Amino acid sequence: MKFMLMMHAPRGTGEYQFPGWKPEEFQAHIQFMKDLNKDLRSSGELVGAEGLSPPGQARIVRSKGDGAPEVTDGPFAEFKEFLVGYWLVDVENADRAYAIAGKASTAPGPGGKPMGLAIEVRQVMSGPPDLFLDARG
Amino acid sequence: MKKDGEPLLRDLAPRVLAAVVRRYGDFDTAEDAVQEALTAAFYTWPRTGVPENPRAWLIRVAARKLTDAVRSESARRRREMKAVREASPEEAVAPPPDEAPLDEVEEDDALALLFMCCHPALTRPSAIALTLRAVGGLTTAEIAGAFLVPEPTMAQRISRAKQAIKSSGIGFAMPPPEERSARLGPVLHVLYLIFNEGYAASAGVEHQRVDLAAQAIRLARAIHALVPDDGEVRGLLALMVLTDARRAARTGRNGEIIPLDEQDRSLWDREAIAEGVELVTAAMNRGAAGWYLLQAAIAAVHDEASRVEETDWRQIVALYGVLVQMSDNPMVALNRAVAVAMVDGPERGLVLVDAIERDPRVRGHYRVDAVRAHLLERADHTMAAVSYYEAAAQKTANLPERDYLLLKAARLRSVVS
Repeated sequence: MKFMLMMHAPRGTGEYQFPGWKPEEFQAHIQFMKDLNKDLRSSGELVGAEGLSPPGQARIVRSKGDGAPEVTDGPFAEFKEFLVGYWLVDVENADRAYAIAGKASTAPGPGGKPMGLAIEVRQVMSGPPDLFLDARG
Repeated sequence: MKKDGEPLLRDLAPRVLAAVVRRYGDFDTAEDAVQEALTAAFYTWPRTGVPENPRAWLIRVAARKLTDAVRSESARRRREMKAVREASPEEAVAPPPDEAPLDEVEEDDALALLFMCCHPALTRPSAIALTLRAVGGLTTAEIAGAFLVPEPTMAQRISRAKQAIKSSGIGFAMPPPEERSARLGPVLHVLYLIFNEGYAASAGVEHQRVDLAAQAIRLARAIHALVPDDGEVRGLLALMVLTDARRAARTGRNGEIIPLDEQDRSLWDREAIAEGVELVTAAMNRGAAGWYLLQAAIAAVHDEASRVEETDWRQIVALYGVLVQMSDNPMVALNRAVAVAMVDGPERGLVLVDAIERDPRVRGHYRVDAVRAHLLERADHTMAAVSYYEAAAQKTANLPERDYLLLKAARLRSVVS
């Protein structure tokens, strides 16, 4: 079953907070993410993973009925948190997805301490129904 | 290669692999070598024609690839350990490339291969992937495509599975006859999961994907040929055949679910139904009554009714009753409630659902809400049905299922208002 693991960070200024970090802290963080992805790849569970550009660069696109859609700039004060990046994993069960998310949340920040960022875990709606136990046929 | 050459290769794959593993012992290397041999056949045979003895050809080529692999591995090790002078033991074991064809493969070898690939020590996704490749003869790309994951991910999953087999000491050995029936359990479960996955995917329009349901049926047929007397193998094969017989009728143009009572039964595959019914009858006559066989028997009762009104619900209630006793599975009890409602009315079914819902194993499961909605609808409690259909739609992780439930709710709402 597939799950999307979404890492959220506080919106703050709308920019990533890395600039204040020491080089070794930044490197430890990057290394952690690389190792995590490598582990997921070698366990045959990684479907995809991407980091996203900061919300300051985001644009909101909205159809205004007819004609060209409206494109507006951020930042977006109404959002408390923003999506930093995501993993798409194909795992045996939900518990395994939670374990991966738990690991991702320990990504080190300043002082090498786990950042404890919130990871939202959502099942992808591609799960097969259990056919034979479905009386409908 | 022409499309019709592929089934031949796929059918040969496990027997070739079993022969090579038996001869050389190392499953991991043997499996890679057999994949290479299959690829070679795929490109060579269309030009040269299929050899007179295709299995011997594949075994010979695989053996040669294996020898090459062992040689280059030894060479690598020699480079790494410069001090080692004497030939490695692997090299001593490897036979000359063009040795006479290996012995006929015993049927037991093909079974031993299945037991190994479906070993309970592997995770289910690993066992599924390995079985499709090693026993099913599918390529890694095909398996990756079927499960919609990147090919390197699937390659890693297969490689992990092989490592797990190696490290946990699962051998390529045939369990004693008295254990075989029990050891078949995990094998059948893996095939069941493959079929289930394939059946869900068949609702889509992605024709380029390997048909996993058809692959599962093919593998079940192969096992049935190996152990023709096993009632559960027969039962699982029958269940798959009888379910697959309804394939053309069970989804609409946009992949939407069409429930059994609304299906156009003229689209059902009569030939497949006849085969499935015969399998069920034969197994029942031998006194078998296992988990898969009973489900197959229920599928047979449905399939034998040419109009929904002709369905023998009493028979279905009785069969679910046996399944409930056998399994203590609340999902089975839920299905029984649906069948009871067809015989004794929806109110009786709702009473049963109330009791089933107290079981913590199904509390909050969308199927409970969906069944309740269905029974409320039949009891003409339309608005209550709408809210349970909508509640169920919020809980399912399957898109066609969600769409079906939402559509049900929307239709009922529009009737009321």
